[in-house]
Amino acid sequence: MAGATSALFLLDMKGRCLISRDYRGDVTAQLVEKFFTKLLEKEEDLESHGPVCHENGVNYMFIQHKNIYLLAASRQNSNAASLLFFLHRVVDVFKHYFEELEEESLRDNFVVVYELLDEMMDFGYPQYTEAKILSEFIKTDAYRLEVNQHPPMAVTNAVSWRSEGVFYKNNEVYLDVVEHVNLLVNSNGQLIRSEVNGALKMRAYLSGMPECKLGLNDRVLLEAQGRPTKGKAIDLDDIKFHQCVRLARFENDRTISFIPPDGPFDLMTYRLTTQVKPLIWVEAQVERHSRSRVEMSVKARSQFKERSTATNVEIEVPVPSDAMSPHIRTSMGYATYAPERDAVVWKIKSFPGNKDYMLRAEFKLPSVISEDTPPDRKAPIRIKFEIPYFTVSGIQVRYLKIIEKSGYQALPWVRYITMAGEYELRLI
Amino acid sequence: MSGHDSKYFSTTKKGEIPELKEELNSQYKDKRKDAVKKVIAAMTVGKDVSSLFTDVVNCMQTENLELKKLVYLYLINYAKSQPDLAILAVNTFVKDSQDPNPLIRALAVRTMGCIRVDKITEYLCDPLQRCLKDDDPYVRKTAAICVAKLYDINAELVEDRGFLDALKDLISDNNPMVVANAVAALAEIQESSSRPIFEITSHTLSKLLTALNECTEWGQVFILDALSKYKAADAREAENIVERVTPRLQHANCAVVLSAVKMILQQMELITSTDVVRNLCKKMAPPLVTLLSAEPEIQYVALRNINLIVQKRPTILAHEIKVFFCKYNDPIYVKMEKLEIMIKLASDRNIDQVLLEFKEYATEVDVDFVRKAVRAIGRCAIKLERAAERCISVLLELIKIKVNYVVQEAIIVIKDIFRRYPNTYESIIATLCESLDTLDEPEAKASMIWIIGEYAERIDNADELLESFLESFPEEPPQVQLQLLTATVKLFLKKPTEGPQQMIQVVLNNATVETDNPDLRDRAYIYWRLLSTDPEAAKDVVLAEKPVISDDSNQLDPSLLDELLSNIATLSSVYHKPPEAFITRVKTTQKTEDEEYADAGEQGYSDSPAGVAESGVSPPASTAIAQHPAARQPATPAAPALPDLLDLGMDNSNSAIVSADQPAAPAGPPLPVVLPASSGQGLQISAQLVRRDGQVFYSMMFENNSQVPLDGFMIQFNKNTFGLAAGGQLQVPQLLPGTSASTLLPMVLFQNISPGPPNTLLQVAVKNNQQPVWYFNDKIYFHVLFTEDGRMERSTFLETWKSLPDSNEVSRDFPSSVINGVETTLDRLASSNMFFIAKRKHANQEVLYLSAKIPQGIPFLIELTTVIGTPGVKCAIKTPSPEMAPLFFEAVETLLKS
Repeated sequence: MAGATSALFLLDMKGRCLISRDYRGDVTAQLVEKFFTKLLEKEEDLESHGPVCHENGVNYMFIQHKNIYLLAASRQNSNAASLLFFLHRVVDVFKHYFEELEEESLRDNFVVVYELLDEMMDFGYPQYTEAKILSEFIKTDAYRLEVNQHPPMAVTNAVSWRSEGVFYKNNEVYLDVVEHVNLLVNSNGQLIRSEVNGALKMRAYLSGMPECKLGLNDRVLLEAQGRPTKGKAIDLDDIKFHQCVRLARFENDRTISFIPPDGPFDLMTYRLTTQVKPLIWVEAQVERHSRSRVEMSVKARSQFKERSTATNVEIEVPVPSDAMSPHIRTSMGYATYAPERDAVVWKIKSFPGNKDYMLRAEFKLPSVISEDTPPDRKAPIRIKFEIPYFTVSGIQVRYLKIIEKSGYQALPWVRYITMAGEYELRLI
Repeated sequence: MSGHDSKYFSTTKKGEIPELKEELNSQYKDKRKDAVKKVIAAMTVGKDVSSLFTDVVNCMQTENLELKKLVYLYLINYAKSQPDLAILAVNTFVKDSQDPNPLIRALAVRTMGCIRVDKITEYLCDPLQRCLKDDDPYVRKTAAICVAKLYDINAELVEDRGFLDALKDLISDNNPMVVANAVAALAEIQESSSRPIFEITSHTLSKLLTALNECTEWGQVFILDALSKYKAADAREAENIVERVTPRLQHANCAVVLSAVKMILQQMELITSTDVVRNLCKKMAPPLVTLLSAEPEIQYVALRNINLIVQKRPTILAHEIKVFFCKYNDPIYVKMEKLEIMIKLASDRNIDQVLLEFKEYATEVDVDFVRKAVRAIGRCAIKLERAAERCISVLLELIKIKVNYVVQEAIIVIKDIFRRYPNTYESIIATLCESLDTLDEPEAKASMIWIIGEYAERIDNADELLESFLESFPEEPPQVQLQLLTATVKLFLKKPTEGPQQMIQVVLNNATVETDNPDLRDRAYIYWRLLSTDPEAAKDVVLAEKPVISDDSNQLDPSLLDELLSNIATLSSVYHKPPEAFITRVKTTQKTEDEEYADAGEQGYSDSPAGVAESGVSPPASTAIAQHPAARQPATPAAPALPDLLDLGMDNSNSAIVSADQPAAPAGPPLPVVLPASSGQGLQISAQLVRRDGQVFYSMMFENNSQVPLDGFMIQFNKNTFGLAAGGQLQVPQLLPGTSASTLLPMVLFQNISPGPPNTLLQVAVKNNQQPVWYFNDKIYFHVLFTEDGRMERSTFLETWKSLPDSNEVSRDFPSSVINGVETTLDRLASSNMFFIAKRKHANQEVLYLSAKIPQGIPFLIELTTVIGTPGVKCAIKTPSPEMAPLFFEAVETLLKS
C-alpha cells in the first residue's frame, strides 16, 4: 500500500483550482475541478460523503480551512490517515509562513507555495513539515537575501525539528498546562461522560542543543521509582508526545526526555476520564403556559473550591426558534437574546467557587403553528469558562531539568489553567 | 512574511505571450526572473504558456536558486507537451546534479524524475547512480525516491542498471531518513512487480526497527506500513516486534499511531499467550479513543478503522462505548460512523444508556441521521434478545411523536423484530395500525402490509385494512404490490371467508393480467395454481415457518475482514473494500493493449480488424480495462505518445470511453433474446455476458419493432451473487422504428452483492423515455468471471491441492458430455481462461488437470476424467469456496458442449 498521493490541489470555495502540484502525472486539475464542483453543488453530500470519496478510479481526500479546500487525489490504495493528517500539517506550515492561509495569501505567495509543496512532499510521499526549519532555507521575498544555500542539517538529522547554533541571551522556558473539560449530561440529568483533554504547551527559548527531562506527578512513574506517593499522584488514560520525546525511553522507565524544538510547541497531550463533580452545573426548568408563552428558569452552580474563580463564563441556553419579545432577568452578569443562535447567552465575568446564580426568561410564541414545521433541533445547553491556577486532573510539573554543554541555567515558568471544551448538558 | 506575488497575475493590453517572450530574453537578470514568475503565474491560472518553452529553458542556467526552482517547475508541467525541446534541459540537469550545493544536486535529481519523457529518462541514470552514493543524506534521500519514479516510467531500465540493489543498500544507510525513503520506494516497487523484490528478512527487520526510533514522523509511517507485511517466524518473534512497536502508540501523529495499531494487530495473529494478547488489547484502547479528539477528518478515518477492529477484537473497546456518543457539533459523517460502532458495542450491560442516546438522536434535524438512529434501535432489538422489549417501547414512544419519517422507519424495523421474535410482541400491532394512513414510502408500506398478512388471524379488521390498499394496487411500486399479493393470500388461507375470497380474485387478476412486472406475474400465477389445485399445499408453502433472521451489524466476511485489517489506515479500510475493488492501474495500460491485439488474433474473436485497430488508437485506455488483474504485472516501456492518450481518456470521462467500445460490438453468433418484442411492446433486447480483454461486458442488442422512435435508454442491475453492476452509462443512440443497435456495456464486480447461497440469476431493468420499465432475468455465465491470471504452476497446483481439506473437494458427472479431441478441448477451455496443467492416463481413461481463478483470487483446481470419444465426463474440483461448485459445474458443462 504505497502511501503516496498523485497530486495536491488547493481549491477555492467554488471548487476551482487555485494552485496545484502534480507529483505523478495521473490526475489532472480538470478532473478534480469537475469532480469537486459537482460535489459542492449537492451540498449535503459533502457532509454525508465525509472527507474521503472515490469516483472513476480516483480517490479524493480533502479538508477545509477558511475559504480553501486542500485536496489530495490518488489512484492507489493510499494511506488516508497519513495524507489527511499531512494536509492539516500543510495548513500549519502555510500559517507559519503567511500568518493566515486563505485565497489571498496563496495568490500573494505562489512562488513560495510551489517551493514548499516541492519540499514537503516528493512523488506524493510526505517528507518534511517542520515549518521553523523549512523557513531557514525557503523564504518569502522580504527575507530572500538571507537564504541559506545549504539544506539545514536538521532536515535529515535524527533531531529533525531543531537546528544547531540557536542562541538566546536569556535562556527561558515557559510551560502552560491547559486542560479542556468535555462533559455530556443526558436529558435525565445523568452525567454520561466527563473527560479531560490536557496539553503541556511549551515555549522554549534556549541556546544550543539542550537536553531536557520533565518530571510529573505521574503515579506509574513514582511507583516505578519506589517513591512514596506523597501528595496527589495522577493516572492518565493516554499520553501523546511531540516527536522530540524519546518514546522508547518513556516506554522503558516513564522518563520524559527530549531535545525541544525552538519556540512554541505542544510537548505532550493527555486524556483522562474523571469522576469529579462537574465544575459548573446547570439546572433548567421550562414551562409552557398555553401555546403562546414560555417561561424558563436556569440555575448555575459552581462546584469547585471557593479559593478558585471561573472567569469569562458564558452559558448558552437554547430557546425555540420562533420565540419573540424576550424578557430576561439575572442575579449576576448579563444575558442577551441571540436570535441567530436561537439562544439566550448569559455572560458572567467572574464566578467564584461554591456560588449559585439565577436566570429567568420569558418569551412569547406565535399562537398559530403550521402542521408541517419540522421539530425544533434540540440543542444542548453549552457552557464556556476558564479557571486559572487550577487543573481538574491535579497534574503537577515536579521539575524540568535542562542540561546544555555550555552549562547555562534556565528555570521553567509554569502556569495552569482549566477551560471548558465540549461542555454539553441536554437538559431542555 | 507576506509576499506580493499577486502583481504577477496582472496582464497588459499588448499580447501577453510576445511580451513575456521579450522579457524572458532581456539582458537584465531581474527582468528575466520577473518574467519567469509571470509565466508561472499564467500557468497557475491555467493559461497555456507552453509556447515559451525554449525561452524559459534558456533561463535555467542561473545561480539564483529561486529562479532555478521556477524553471524546473515549468519543465515538470510542460516537458511532456514538448518532448523534443525537453532535451535542451538535459545538460543543465546533469551539471546541476554535480553542483557543490546539495540543495541543487537534490533538486536536479528530484525534478528529472518528475519529467516523464523517455528521452530524458535515459540521461537520468548516471546522475542518479552518483546521487544514490552522495555524501549528503539530503541528496541520498531524494535519490531513493527517484528510483521509484524511474521504475514507474521504465521498470526495465531500473532493473538493468542495478538501481534495485543500490536501493536495497540504502536500507543499511546510517541516516534514518534515507532508510525510510528507501523503504517507501522499495515497497512501492514491490507493489507493482510480481517478482519478490523487497523481502524483509530478520536482519532488515532489526535495522528498520532501529531506524523507526530516529526518523521523522512520516518516515515512521513508511517503515511501519512496510513492516506490517512481515510475517514473524513464531510467537516469540512476534512478541519481540510488538514490544519494539508499542511505544509508537504514544506518538502525536495519528498516522503513526494507526500504522502501529495495524502492525500490532498483524503480529497478534501469531501470539498464542492469552495474557499477552489481553495486555496488548488494553494498551491499544486508549490511543484508539484519543484519535476521537483529532480533527474531524481524522476521526472519520479512525472510526471506519475502529469499526473493523471491533469486529475482529470486540474486547478492545467493550467498555468504551460512551466515547462514541455523538457530540452536538460533530459533522454528520462522524455521527453516522459513531452510530454504527455504538450498535456493534451495544450489550445487555449498556443498552439502557445506548437507547437513551438513540432516542435523543431520533429527534435531531438531519433526516438521514434520524432514520439511521431509529434503525439502530431495531438492530439492537434483533441483536440483544433480553433488550428487545425495551427497544420496542422506545420505538413506540417515537411513533407517538408522529414525525412522518420516524414513524415509517420505526415500522420497517418493527417488521424485522417480528421476524426475529415471532409471536412475542403482537400486542403493539394496534398502535402501529393507527399510523396506517401516514405511510407513503414503499418500504414502510410493504413492511406494514407484511405485518398485517403475517398476523391476519389476530387483527380483527385485517381484511378492511388490506382492502384499503387494494384500491391503489396498480399504482403501487412493485415492492408494495408483491407484499400485497402475498398478504392477501395469507389472509385468504387464514380466513377463507367471502370477503377475502373476493379480494383474492381482484389481486390475482391485477397481478397477472394487468401487470407487466414478471416477478409479480410469476408469483401470482404460482399462488393461483397452488390455490386452485391444492389449498393445503398452498398453506404449507405460504404459511411455512420462516428461518430466523439475525443481526447484520457484524456483516463483514472473516476473510475480507482480515484483508481490510491488513490495510488499516489506507483507503481500503475507509471504504471497507479490498484494494482491487477500487484501484485502477492506469500506468500499465500499455501492456493490456498489447494483449488486446494478441488475444483478438489468436483466439479468433469475431471483431473485425478495423474494430480492433480503432480501439487501439481511440482511448479505451478506460479505467475499466485497466482493472484487469494482468495489469498488475510490470509495465513494458510506454510508447512516447501514450501518456497524452491517457490524459485525453481521463478528461473525456466515462461516456467517451464507453462509446469508443461500441464499434467492437460482436457480429458473431446471435445473442440470446432476453426480452422478446411481444412483451416489450415492440422492443426486443438480446443480451449476454461476455468476457473481452480481461473485462466483463454485457453485450446487448436493441431492436425497435415498434412504431415510435425510442431514446434515453438506461439500465440497472439488481443485487446478485457477484455484485455485477454497470461500469458506465448505457450508450444506445436513438432507435428509429425498424432499426437496431448493439453495444458493449462494461461491467464491474462486487458492487451490490446479494446475500445467500450463490446463484446465477441476473435481474435486469431497462428503461427508455417512451415505454415503461422492462424487467427481465438473465443468467450469469460463471465462466465469464474466470480471470486471465488463473494459470498455476504445476508445483503450486500440487501444494494447493494438498493444502485444501478433503471437505473442499466436490465432483459431478456429466453423462452426456463428450471429449473428442484433447487438444481442441484444451484450446477451447484455455480461451475461457481454464488453463491446462498436466494430464495422465489411467487405464483407458484420460485424466486432465486444469486450473481457473475467479476475481478476489479464488482458485479452482480441476480434474477431468473421461474416455476419449465416449459420452461421460467426470469432473472433480477442489476450491476454497466449495459453495461455488454447482455454478462451476454448470459452466464446465456448457464449455464442454459448445
